[in-house]
Amino acid sequence: MNRPDAAEGGNRDRNAGMLRAQERREEWGLLSLAAPALLVIVLVILIPVGWLFYLSFIGGDGQFSLEHYRKMVEYKSYARTFATTFEVSILTTGICILLGYPLAYFLALLPPRWAGIFMLAVLLPFWTSLLVRTYAWLVLLQRKGMLNEFAIHIGLWDSPVKLVHNMTGTLIGMAHIMLPFLVLPLYSAMKKIDRDMMHAAANLGASPATAFRQVYLPLSLSGMVAGSLIVFILCLGFYVTPAVLGGGRVIMVSTQITAILENQFDWGAASALGVVLLVATLLVLYIAARFFKFDAALFGKG
Amino acid sequence: MTNSESNGAASTALPIHIQGLTKRYGKLHALDAVDLDIRSGEFLTLLGPSGSGKTTLLMAIAGFNRPDAGSIRFGDEEVILKPPHKRDVGMVFQSYALFPHMSVAGNIAFPLKLRGVSEKECAERVNEALETVQLSGLGERGIDQLSGGQRQRVALARAFVFRPRILLMDEPLSALDKKLRERMQIELKHLHRQLGVTTVYVTHDQREALTMSDRIAVINHGRLAQVDTPEAIYNHPANAFVADFIGESTMVPLSRDASGSLSFAGQRITDKAYEDTAEGWSLVVRPERLFLADTAGVDPEKTAVFDVTVRESVFQGETAFVLVDIGDDTELALRFGTGSAEATGGLKPGDRARVGLLREDAIVIPRERQP
Repeated sequence: MNRPDAAEGGNRDRNAGMLRAQERREEWGLLSLAAPALLVIVLVILIPVGWLFYLSFIGGDGQFSLEHYRKMVEYKSYARTFATTFEVSILTTGICILLGYPLAYFLALLPPRWAGIFMLAVLLPFWTSLLVRTYAWLVLLQRKGMLNEFAIHIGLWDSPVKLVHNMTGTLIGMAHIMLPFLVLPLYSAMKKIDRDMMHAAANLGASPATAFRQVYLPLSLSGMVAGSLIVFILCLGFYVTPAVLGGGRVIMVSTQITAILENQFDWGAASALGVVLLVATLLVLYIAARFFKFDAALFGKG
Repeated sequence: MTNSESNGAASTALPIHIQGLTKRYGKLHALDAVDLDIRSGEFLTLLGPSGSGKTTLLMAIAGFNRPDAGSIRFGDEEVILKPPHKRDVGMVFQSYALFPHMSVAGNIAFPLKLRGVSEKECAERVNEALETVQLSGLGERGIDQLSGGQRQRVALARAFVFRPRILLMDEPLSALDKKLRERMQIELKHLHRQLGVTTVYVTHDQREALTMSDRIAVINHGRLAQVDTPEAIYNHPANAFVADFIGESTMVPLSRDASGSLSFAGQRITDKAYEDTAEGWSLVVRPERLFLADTAGVDPEKTAVFDVTVRESVFQGETAFVLVDIGDDTELALRFGTGSAEATGGLKPGDRARVGLLREDAIVIPRERQP
């Protein structure tokens, strides 16, 4: 028998040390590329959040206290704020699903060239300033705005309908701003569904509606969950749109925090709200992660 | 019970009659007025290069594309306007198209549940199908836990479990490695005999087509080039495309010798009479039909013998391949079994040799004008 390794048995460890060292050097080299980003994360996220966390446990007298959290339980207005926040977030997510699913499906069916053009239509507003888009909605929706004028002109309704400075306006604006966050992961999940899947379902006897319900919908669900989660979590902490289009009637946690800081300059109370919102967000993520397997759409896993 | 049911399935096999089927993509004729009768219970292979229209034809039978004109009948029933989910044909996809969110059993039960088969019978038939494809006990597995060969079997089970009258397969073995593919070819043939269902099989692999088919329909540029048994297609190709596409061959032009017989390099190569045509005739030389005239007892009455120079001699395992020059830079290929060493005669480049061809083996086809 001719066994090369037996013949060179004495050389088995040849250069092993240097090869290991070379590998080590490459690993450190790669790690150093990530160093600036890691540093920024520590400086602008970990330290400030830690500071907030600390502040929320400091009472008015400068001593450790739970008074901010106690107030949150005692005063009904806090509970109402959280209820509104979740209500707006859930409704916005729901509207986005209703509008975004057919849109993503349409995009996924188009030939790539056309999909690119229509995708641009989805993304174009995405690249415009948030504030500009929000005020644009204000212009469109206000009492003497374009929508009311037009509707009255063609006789849809007689007197101006209140479309803004309330929940309706907030939801319209937020759904518009959040839509791309739902459509993009959903589209990418739909693109991965092999066309043969629907052919196979039809071939086996499923009508188009059955094939959609039993095959397409379940296969696109991962993208829909990922997109909905992104929208929902972004909604939880959203500030500009509810502040402008809600007109003070839609009090979300973010607007409440601003109010506390502007009116009472109470860093502790504001921090406590922030901490509770953060915990609620992480809780939502955790629960969702337990129920659904996430795929590439959210965490980049193949 | 099981036996009578499989026999029942066999008796419902249907013939397929295709007439004038035409499908254009822009100016390209994917199918150009195709007429094809597929017999009840036969295994017919659509064989052709990529872009020949073979998959378009299969998809038209399944109902996944809408032809521009023509007729497709299953038995007496016109189906050209029927949507795919009402055609009741089984299909195995090239990508298998197994549903990843369902288990193996869930996939196989899918067509049964849609047909309102009871829970109990459903389970029985799924097990029966799993047994048929030799996957007993794997029903609860997820699709991503299966190997390529196992997925192929699940796709197959799902396609026949609802006892379709017609089974379609779109290059179902192309994703498997060579050894597994060859084993599956035999298994599919066996399964076809067991089920007795009319089967239309698409492939671009001529060896696969020859191995499995009752008949082969060779298709090129949206037209049928020849429809016949594997033996007839191989031994009597109707035209240059079929001769070239199926098996190895060298094609050389023929001329008339003094006696008026068709000849090549001064040798009469056929005893049969061929009429004069404008195009003339070509000889198709199969490498394995040539032999070394030095080493065999040669009957000059039956054999055309050529003097050649060896260009290249290559050992390829079970066969050896020899390229010879017959003069005028015309090359012929020979293939020998390596079972006996003397068959190849130890040829080296530059050697002179004599190569024989039995006149009864000569394949003569109409010459085609060069485009």
